[in-house]
Parts: sequence; structure tokens; C-alpha cells
Amino acid sequence: MKRSVALSVGLCAVLAVVACGPPRASSTGPATDESTGTVKVWLFQEANNAPKEAVVAEAVTEFQAAHQGVTVEVQYIATESRAERMTGAFNDPGNAPDVVEYGNTDMANYVAVGGLADITGALDSWAEGSGLDPRIVESTEVDGKRYGLPWYIGVRALYYRTDIFAELNLRPPQTLGELVETARQIRAAKPDLYGISVGGRYVYGLAPMIWAAGGELATKQGDRYVSGLNTDAAKSGIATYASLINDAICPPANCAQLTGTASVQAFASGKAAMTIGGDFNRSTVDAGEARGKYAVVPLPGTTPGSVAPAFAGGNNLGVLRSSKHATLASQFIELLGGRTYQQKMFAAMTYLPTFTDLQDEVTRSNPALEPFVATIKAGTKFVPLDKAWATIDAQGVLPTMVQEIAVGAKTLDQAVAAADEQMNSLLAKG
Amino acid sequence: MAVADTLARRVPPRRRPPRRRHRLVLLAYLAPAAVVLIGLLGYPLYQLVQMSFYDYGQEQVSGGAPVHWIGLDNYTALFGDPQFWSVLLQTVLFAAVCVVLTILVGLLLAFLAARLRPWVRTVLFIAALEAWAAPAVTGSTVWLFMFDANFGIVNEVLTSLGMAYFDGHSWTFGKLSAFGLVAAEVVWCSFPFVMVTLYAGLRGISPDVLEAAALDGASGRRTLVSIVIPMLRPALTVVTIQSIIWDMKVFGQIYIMTDGGGIAGRNLVLNVYAYQKAFASSQYGAGAAIGVVTVILLLLVTVVHLNITRRRGEEL
Repeated sequence: MKRSVALSVGLCAVLAVVACGPPRASSTGPATDESTGTVKVWLFQEANNAPKEAVVAEAVTEFQAAHQGVTVEVQYIATESRAERMTGAFNDPGNAPDVVEYGNTDMANYVAVGGLADITGALDSWAEGSGLDPRIVESTEVDGKRYGLPWYIGVRALYYRTDIFAELNLRPPQTLGELVETARQIRAAKPDLYGISVGGRYVYGLAPMIWAAGGELATKQGDRYVSGLNTDAAKSGIATYASLINDAICPPANCAQLTGTASVQAFASGKAAMTIGGDFNRSTVDAGEARGKYAVVPLPGTTPGSVAPAFAGGNNLGVLRSSKHATLASQFIELLGGRTYQQKMFAAMTYLPTFTDLQDEVTRSNPALEPFVATIKAGTKFVPLDKAWATIDAQGVLPTMVQEIAVGAKTLDQAVAAADEQMNSLLAKG
Repeated sequence: MAVADTLARRVPPRRRPPRRRHRLVLLAYLAPAAVVLIGLLGYPLYQLVQMSFYDYGQEQVSGGAPVHWIGLDNYTALFGDPQFWSVLLQTVLFAAVCVVLTILVGLLLAFLAARLRPWVRTVLFIAALEAWAAPAVTGSTVWLFMFDANFGIVNEVLTSLGMAYFDGHSWTFGKLSAFGLVAAEVVWCSFPFVMVTLYAGLRGISPDVLEAAALDGASGRRTLVSIVIPMLRPALTVVTIQSIIWDMKVFGQIYIMTDGGGIAGRNLVLNVYAYQKAFASSQYGAGAAIGVVTVILLLLVTVVHLNITRRRGEEL
């Protein structure tokens, strides 16, 4: 028995040495750019998908009418399983779509694995393109090349319960320091409520506080990113955020594991007096206890009147490198991501547009969006455009850091130093 | 299958050495099984080992970057990670507790089942088999519901019994509390296999032997220690090895019940660690290295156990 085990392990090792490596997909891009045939499109499935489908169907009809012999086939995929779907598409070009909708934090990784096509040429010669918000366009570039058309954006702001604030005679916080204090007062007066619901795994709740304090998640040095966590500014932001996950505000036993979605759900169900939520969360909140009893303001910065830079979340439309219809594909995203259809998409789904003038227009017609657009105008920031970010995210480097501080497993300095080291070693892998 | 093995053991093995032609015939009969086993187990294992020597991520899989042979780099990185060692220790302790509890519960219930009326026994078996049949995901989710801090029936019952401490108590927050809860779920869904197997083993003990022991004046305890347990040993060996392997490989229960490995990863076990560290971020090479380490550990456990059993002159 023992010998046969040793033998088989040895045999495997030998085989591994002589073999030419583990399996991989062919890396050659397509040689053709066909002008007829089927253009396959993958878009994200939303909780309430029918209005989205209606607008997309309209775009498809228009596109097919303008292009003889072209069929556009749209499939809606679940956001949760996107990683598997995209991995599958990259590994099996034969069954991959031509056009995809993707979250902008996934982009650096998709580009690194060679999944997305460089569409700089097509977008630069697109007349409408000059109206796009330049800061948002920046989030679609890697090394000066554009890999996506920004389709819509999402930013987060501070939701608060107007009834509770009125009852306790509070005003919306003007600074982050005041936010912590207000949250504490609320829980002291109403022990059943979280002062603010935020979670240990809510990176996009944490990041604005780091940025507001003048810190960075990572900074570019030469052509490489290095972690910016272990600086006084970043640490003060981390300390502010971690101080919210505390028995006096949002008890670690309940909040240490909360994600952004779960934080918003706690607010929606009436368990919290404040939360950090996105424009895309309004329907969730409106479906819960908090309906009609809340208002939104930009998340304050460290000084009165300032706004904490929000994370510029959003989804892009991109073309797959393996597409055999690259020209048609980029023409289709220019239609669906263009001004007309962004407008229609806003009317259907309240997706915030990426055209600067459209942003103003939708705020005028929809005052509830004002705090979100104000947040965008105050300047947004983005996660490091490095493929290592996907790993840093998947390994939960920042959540682990926050959780360690919140439950007292490590001091602020220890936890930040550990996260800083981990982030640097992942960024250095390149 | 293990039950069948145990039952088959009662047929005395043939000791006559097969002649050469017989041996060829035997090989021919075994060949289809060997082909299937090599295809289904050998090839993946070979790929796993091979992957662990490469820098093999999503870029390499999808052909965006060349694969690099990096020798033992994945292993040195793994062994150099202090978290790996604490997770390994945690996994072994967690599995040990689960195995001991599973065997104890299974054994006690097997004894009980042997003494029950047939219809009561059938009810017990059906109830237990349902726990066994429940997928890990379902079982874990149901347990989470029962132990939910605010809406769980357990806290509700404990609070109504006057234990106000449990009002809103989170069972998954504390490290030991979370491990304890998961261990309870693991035992719950794995004791039925142990119970059924050991029950079959108990039924295999001839009443004559027990009667003889009783006539010789052996006490109940003496009969248990000197007759029943030794005669159950082959079955016990099977269920122990199976349980060790299962409990070392726990994934779903920890992943679901502690929300991906607990706060700051303090409830991680080896498999979840491999997922979080490697597979979730498409670092398949690094993940394969963790997989190889797990395979070697489990092989060692099995080999040691088999050797001990064999030294005692028993066959599996």
C-alpha cells in the first residue's frame, strides 16, 4: 500500500515534469471581422428586468433594421455567477458572446486575462463620445487604451431616517466626525436601532472615508501600484470607519460580516437610522419599512461642507477579444450606450447616465437623484486599475483588516500593517 | 458500499493462490474498473499535481499569458504563510472533534437501534437518513435559520425559558461558538452513515457468541469491550477513515454558516482557505498546491490507519 502510494505520487511528479503544462485555451484572436451574422450580447439580469429588456429590444430592432443580415441575440446573466460565466467565455471563444456588460471593478482583470478587445479606435471616432464624463471615461482605460463604453454609473451617499432625526432633534451630519457622534447618540436614545448600518465587508463604504481623510487605497509609483493604506491619512479614515462597527453604534456581532447590500437591507427593514447606499438601492429602500421616511445627502467629508469622494461604480459595455464581429459589436454598443438609449434606460431603470449634460437633465426631472449627482460632481474616485485588485478583493484583504480592528483581534496599526503588506505583495506579483 | 464490504467479509476469503492463467483472467475482469478509476480519479489527480508546479491563473487558462514552470514556488509560498499553519491546525482539531462526536453518536444510536422494536427502528432510520440525505447547503441553511440571532427558534425557546442572555445572541460571532455550531451540523448530517454501518456490523455478530459470553459470566461492559467492539472493528475502521476524510474536507458548512470563513477568517478550514486564497481569485496553481497537501495528509491518515489495522491481523 505504502509503496504504491509513493509510486503513484512519484509517477505523477515525473509526468508533470515531462508534460508540457496544464491545459489552456488557444490564445490566437479571430482572423475575421464579419459584417453579417449573429451578434451575441450578454447583459446583467436585474431584480426588475422587464423595463430593461424592453429598452434593449428597441435598440436591437433599430440595429437590425440598419444592418441587413444581422441578428442580435441578447442573453441576461446573473450578476452573482458573472465570474464563472466570463471565465467560461474567455476559455471557450466558440461559445462566447461578442458584447458584454461588465462591472467596472472587474475590468482590469478582464483586460489582464486578455478577454476584452481594445476599442480605442472605434470610440475615439465616435461623434457622441466627446460628451461622456471624462472622469468616468478614465475608469475604462488601461495603459491609455479604452476597453469599455461607460453605460451607467452608481455612486453612494448617506441615507438617513427623517422621522428619527426629527424625533431626536438631530440634523444630517456635516462632517464624518459628526456622523460618528450622531450615530452614537441615536443608538443611545434608541438601543434597538443601529446608529448607522455599515459592515465589515463593505469596501465601498470604507473607501470614501479613506479618501475623505486624504488617503489612498493605492498610489502609482512608476508603472506599479503600491498600497497606500499604511499612511497617517488613510489610517485616520480606516479608524473612522472601524469605529462605526462598535457596540455603541453597529454591534460587531451583527455588523462585522455585513456587505454593502446587507447594510442597505438593514436600513430598509427599519433596523438602522442611517446607512451608506447607492442610487441603485432606492428601490430596495422603498420596498421596506423605511419607505417615505428617509432622505439622502452626500456623505460628508472631514470639514463642514465638503463631500467624501465616492467610489465611481458603474457598468461598461465592452467587446470580447474573441469576437468575430468586432466592428458590428462596437457599433452596437455605440447605439445601446449612446445618448438616446442612455436616456431611455434612465427612464426605464433610473440608471444614472454617463453623459455630463444628461446627468444635469435627469436631476432636474428627478430631485431624488440630486444628492447622488452632487456627489458625482464633487469628484469621484476609483479602485486601483490593476489586475491584482481582483485578487485583493477576492481575498478580502480590506474586510479582514476592518473586522480585525472592529472585534479587537488586532490594533489599528497591526491590522493596517498586515493588510498593507498583503496588498503590496499581491500588487508586486504584477 | 461500505455496508456491503462489511457484509461480504463474513464470507471466508479464498486463500488458494491463483494460477497464472487465473491471474490474467482476474486482470481482465479488473481492467474496466481500473480504466474508469484511472480516468475519473487518476487523471484529475495528475492534473492537480501538475498545476501545483505552475504559475497557473486565469490569464494562463484563457491563453493570455504563457504558463511558467515555477517548481515548488507555490508550496514555499504556502508553507511560508503563517495563516496556513493556523488554518491547518484548526482544521485538524475541528475534524478530530467532529469525527469523535460522529462515531460516538453513531455508535450509541446503533446500539439503541439494535434493541428497538422494528417499527421504532424504522422510524429512527428514516429520520436519520433524511438528515443524511439533506445536501450540505440545505442543512447548513436550515441550521442557520434555527440559530438566527433575532428570529431563530433556539434563541426564542431559550429566552422563553428565562435565559434572557440568549435574546438576540449571535451563535456565529464567537470563534468557538461558530465552530461548535458548524461541528454540530456536521455531526448531525454524518452520524446516520455511521449508525447504519455499525448497526449492520452489530447484526453480524452471532447471538451464539453473545450467549456464550453471558454463560461464561461476562458482565455487560466486559461483553462490550472484549466481544462486541473487537468484532465491530472492521466496520469501525471503515467509518472512522470515511469520517476523517469527510470532516477534513468540510467546505459547504463552514462556507455557509460562518459566511465564508468567519470574521477576519477566524473560522477558516483548509478547503475554504484554499477557495478564498486561490480559487476565488483564479490562482489555480496556488489552489492546486493546497489541494495536493490535503490529498497527501489524507493519504497518510489512511495509510497509518490501514497499517495499524493490518498489524492487528485484520483485513479490511
